[in-house]
Amino acid sequence: MKRAECIGMLYPDLDDKLVVTIMGACAQELYDLGHKENFFYLQHAMGLASSIGLGLALHLPHEKIVVLDGDGSVLMNLGTFATLARYQPGNLVHIIFDNGSLLSTGGFDSHTTSGVTDLAAIARGAGITHVATADSVMAFGEAVVEAFARNELSVIVAKVSAVGPNHYGMDLHLPENAFRFKRYIAGRSTR
Amino acid sequence: MSVSYENSKIVYQGIKDAGITSLSALPETWLGLLLQQAERDPAMTLIQVAKEEEAIGIAAGAHFAGERHILLMQNHGFLAAMNGIVSLAQLYSIPLCMLIALRGHWGEPYPWHTRGGIVTEGVLRALNIPFEYARNPQDVGRQIREAYTLSQSSLSPVALLLTRDLMEEPL
Repeated sequence: MKRAECIGMLYPDLDDKLVVTIMGACAQELYDLGHKENFFYLQHAMGLASSIGLGLALHLPHEKIVVLDGDGSVLMNLGTFATLARYQPGNLVHIIFDNGSLLSTGGFDSHTTSGVTDLAAIARGAGITHVATADSVMAFGEAVVEAFARNELSVIVAKVSAVGPNHYGMDLHLPENAFRFKRYIAGRSTR
Repeated sequence: MSVSYENSKIVYQGIKDAGITSLSALPETWLGLLLQQAERDPAMTLIQVAKEEEAIGIAAGAHFAGERHILLMQNHGFLAAMNGIVSLAQLYSIPLCMLIALRGHWGEPYPWHTRGGIVTEGVLRALNIPFEYARNPQDVGRQIREAYTLSQSSLSPVALLLTRDLMEEPL
């Protein structure tokens, strides 16, 4: 299964949600489907996408937050699972694309390669109840439908192949993305 | 040496008077009494983190959500949060109002705190983070308000260093 297929499947269902992605391939594949004002691309600061998601979720309880994360990023901030478990934001869906690779920085194996490290088990062990794993597009789709329907913290670990886009670049400056994302949220809150 | 109950109350009142409604923190000795007050305050959202760099992400989320948020951490936590401060807050022009317990500085008896205490000001200067020392209970409320105001107008990190003079009972 490719990450791009999963993101393509998610894309039509993201309009009513706030989306935070990690850097590199994941951000590019979402952007290439068409940027929307409810997307924030964290192009650095690896590990903090889920922390941004938690900050959004706790302060905007009426919004649904989707974090698109990766194994390399999550491995840099494993404590995030424990913090998420402690506060249990019911409006947060944390999707981790696990390609076992630091793809965007040269394709070195990450610790999850060959099943050495099990991110889903770590999430469960941290105290998160709803943790799904998916290794087919069908299973991913089902896990997403269930996670979007329930009002409880959900983590999905999707096993994907280590392939990304053949180009990188966005017509969007990083602070511009932040300014527009904040402005969009403010506009949505008053609606 | 013990933490000043009176001054902890004054600092918390300063946080309240600045209109702050949300706090992220990692507990440490000097911040303990402040966090107890935050826990008891139904008007305050308190988010405790496992490591301080998480709080930079949480503060960014709170900023996007339009919430008046500040961060409480020890200076060693500030050092642990470095890449988030640089590559999230500074890179994306996201304000951070950080109240930092300045351990390991003037009068520090514990060796393990000293190296972090000695380098904190230099690191703040290297990152162009404006900072002030909070020493007097009469001034700290105004200093918190002004730190928050500057973080918001400059869209950047700002630090208020909580010193031993303020946070500990005099011997």
